[in-house]
Amino acid sequence: MPRHLATRSAAEPTEPARPTPPSSATAQADSRADCGLYVHVPFCASKCPYCAFASEVRSDLMEAWAGAVLREAAAQAGRWGGFDTLYLGGGTPSLLPPRLLERLLSGLRRVFRFATDCETTLEANPGDVDRERIGAWRASGINRLSLGIQSFSDPELEFLGRRHDAQRARRALDLAREAGFRNLGLDLVYGWRGQDEDTLCGTLAEVVRFGPEHVSCYQLTIEEGTPFFIRNKSRPLLASEEEQANRFLLLSEVLGAGGFEHYEVSNFARGAHFRSRHNQKYWARVPTLGLGPAAHSFDGSRRAWNVRSLEGYLRSLGEGGTGREGEEALDERQARTERILLGLRTCDGVRLDVLSASAREKALSKFVPQLLLRVRAGRLCPTPRGMLLADRLALELCE
Amino acid sequence: MRRVRNFSIIAHIDHGKSTLADRFIQQAGLVSERELGEQMLDNLDIERERGITIKSQTVNLPYTAPDGSAYELNLIDTPGHVDFSYEVSRALASCEGVLLLVDASQGVQAQTVANLYAALEHDLVILPVINKIDLPVADIPRAREQIESDLGLDGSAAWQVSGKTGVGVPELLQAIVEHIPPPQDRSQEPLQALIFDAHYDAFRGAVISCRVFAGRVRPGDEIRLMSTGRNYRVEEVGVFRLKRVPREELAAGDVGYLIAGIKTVSDTRVGDTITLAEQPAAAPLPGFREMKPVVFSSLYPIASDDYLSLADALEKYKLNDAALTYQKDSSAALGQGFRCGFLGLLHLEIVQERLEREFDQAILMTAPSVQYRFTLNDGTQVVIDNPAHYPDPGSIRKAEEPYIRATIISPDRYLGALMKLCLDRRGTNSDLQFLSPGRAQLRFDLPLGEVIYDFYDRLKSVTQGYGSFDYELIDYRESDLCKLDILVNGERVDALSIIVFRERARARALVACERLKEEIPRQQFKIAIQGAIGGQIIARSTVQPYRKDVTAKCYGGDVTRKRKLLEKQKKGKKRMKLVGDVEIPQSAFVAVLKTDED
Repeated sequence: MPRHLATRSAAEPTEPARPTPPSSATAQADSRADCGLYVHVPFCASKCPYCAFASEVRSDLMEAWAGAVLREAAAQAGRWGGFDTLYLGGGTPSLLPPRLLERLLSGLRRVFRFATDCETTLEANPGDVDRERIGAWRASGINRLSLGIQSFSDPELEFLGRRHDAQRARRALDLAREAGFRNLGLDLVYGWRGQDEDTLCGTLAEVVRFGPEHVSCYQLTIEEGTPFFIRNKSRPLLASEEEQANRFLLLSEVLGAGGFEHYEVSNFARGAHFRSRHNQKYWARVPTLGLGPAAHSFDGSRRAWNVRSLEGYLRSLGEGGTGREGEEALDERQARTERILLGLRTCDGVRLDVLSASAREKALSKFVPQLLLRVRAGRLCPTPRGMLLADRLALELCE
Repeated sequence: MRRVRNFSIIAHIDHGKSTLADRFIQQAGLVSERELGEQMLDNLDIERERGITIKSQTVNLPYTAPDGSAYELNLIDTPGHVDFSYEVSRALASCEGVLLLVDASQGVQAQTVANLYAALEHDLVILPVINKIDLPVADIPRAREQIESDLGLDGSAAWQVSGKTGVGVPELLQAIVEHIPPPQDRSQEPLQALIFDAHYDAFRGAVISCRVFAGRVRPGDEIRLMSTGRNYRVEEVGVFRLKRVPREELAAGDVGYLIAGIKTVSDTRVGDTITLAEQPAAAPLPGFREMKPVVFSSLYPIASDDYLSLADALEKYKLNDAALTYQKDSSAALGQGFRCGFLGLLHLEIVQERLEREFDQAILMTAPSVQYRFTLNDGTQVVIDNPAHYPDPGSIRKAEEPYIRATIISPDRYLGALMKLCLDRRGTNSDLQFLSPGRAQLRFDLPLGEVIYDFYDRLKSVTQGYGSFDYELIDYRESDLCKLDILVNGERVDALSIIVFRERARARALVACERLKEEIPRQQFKIAIQGAIGGQIIARSTVQPYRKDVTAKCYGGDVTRKRKLLEKQKKGKKRMKLVGDVEIPQSAFVAVLKTDED
């Protein structure tokens, strides 16, 4: 699944609870070594009916795509200091032929500087995982896998239109461990109307038993332009708000009891060390560069986005263009709004001094007593119930 | 003396009055065909958007007849809404004749009839005109027939025109000259000029539109406004030809403007008579009356800090609107504001829109109310237009509310629905007449308080747009009233109170609570909405709290989208008033009046 799109941004602490320099001291992408690199792989073997990410069911353009990404990378080279994360998202990056992947990664390493302990993540569909491929991934420097498990129930996987079954998912996890992956994440989806709570609990129990380092649990979202969007019109597909909220809190408790830290609205890690180093950059507004169609970048002060369609992207780079479709410079107020709305998604929250005096007062006199927020080390941090209302709280506190 | 004709065009809304007026202006050579794109006389954005005229406008049209003689035709464009019927009557009093416009596709409507009566009252020559004959759905024979049957005029003599294409317009101009009588020459008598409108000019003060009936007036003359007795020195007189064109004098028969160092339009009175201070007329022209507001509402700034800015805006706005009244008001829930009086609901909406658009004020208005009359036990009488000032129920001996006589014209197939609507609104004393086969005129006495809010919308809806409505205030009638309070999370919100007919109080309270539930946005906590009379709760609804409000995914590409959404929501929040802990949108204050008929 595609998500992270690149950016460059202002320096803010990736390690949340630590006091951080004032925002004016933010460093730009070219002078820091902790930028994140995202590469969008816009290919899928089939489209999932709920997914609106940019991807295409074709493989004939993979070579062209890789060439274009490397051209885009070369054009960006001077503007980025160094990267300590590389994230291959999609789409379905596990579909890439291992040789092409290897070529892409070594190409990127020629162009950019990467930290020696660079977190290098590949999103993989359990259906694509076999011994040979997984060995090749490790050999090319992938040290973290994010597996799109979604559920350990076959009827649920069928409802979600996934091409793997539960057995295949279990095998993929075992193979990953066998191959020596010590940083494994898996994705789950939940929250549709009629989803059986026992089945969800069964999936969670199996997750805890297997013990990955990271779990992402996404509330099903109905995206425009997807088959689910059309089906949803005639028959609501989502669970009621009440039910969704209860499921969310259930997940938080079950995974919490299983040793996972609920560190972002949809993300859990087995201790701070195994949080997604890459994704935290988005929430902390650390610069990230996104390569590939539809990828987004943030350099510390500007957000930019690439042409969304694969063909458009290829055309742009083929004609000597940048692949960019647009960009926007953020003013101080917009930057502050982002800090608040992103910060409130994570357990590390937002620094109290980012808020206006009246917003601070509101937070302390209303939302803290309501147990939606709590104060820790000069930061306002959401409780799990607060995370459930993160967007609402952000609206209340952005003044 | 110049050859002058003074006339007005009267028509139901949308029957093409402004388009025809523009066509006259273009034929008079005041603008070119090319410039004719926009309607000339409706100057306000609101007028163009709603297709109605709010302010009277006049235009002096030079016209040369086929025989070569030159005329000046003064067209006095009148406001097109029942709220402004007094201004209409003064404009009509300034004419010798009217063009009665009937839309060839829609036929005679209620307002056409009301306008006809007004014209007859002033003894005007009436030229029936069938407009929009270019429309494919034009039904000229039917329009003729309705002119005969509904209006009692000679339908076969009706002129046929299209304001849009210009067909028939030259003939109509000639008809004006031939059929509308010239004004009487009374220029040797003492000055008598009728004020039928005034507007405000930032540099010159009030610019008075007037019709001179007797005498002459020139720059330098000292004039007197007869109702106030105040004197002013005339600086300029002239005629409107889309802009002001100064003249040496205005003499009996002329229609034009007068500038005399009068600071605001509130210093002038529509219907007043202008005379000369040195040689005053023996009596003013007949028909003067003070315009009295009939609908009242309180106006508050959304942010309490903006009170002074709102006060300033109202003061400026008032320069150009003598009909608006306002005084300080304060509410426990909403803070400092103003109690305003309006001629009607349309007038209220216009004031609200113009304050928001032209004066950039973020305001909310409370539910409009009429003026109730209470006789107390000690015999004193109080008039209340604000529920906040409702007398102690124990002290009330008699309560009265204003009534109107409504005239509704509609195809007869909607009669059942119309009767039901009027009876639901406590209509009495009905009277039904068939004007022509298939067309009925329904008259009802209705409490004004039942009509001010959404009666007209409901009427349009139950008649699928074919019904039309006009009314006049008749009298006060005894009634059984009570004050319905609304409590939000246990707190009485004084600005949400309404005065209601006791028998309907519970039904109204239930509907109000349901409506408020829809209007008040959810918050992080539960919000109880209650309706109460005195200490007794008679209705309740609950706004459920947010349980979840967060997007599942927020990575690189989602940040901008998320921020933009939040900025938009923030803007919406700014339009809400914080009462206690609860944000109440402007719409909620009017929603308490909504009925459950739809």
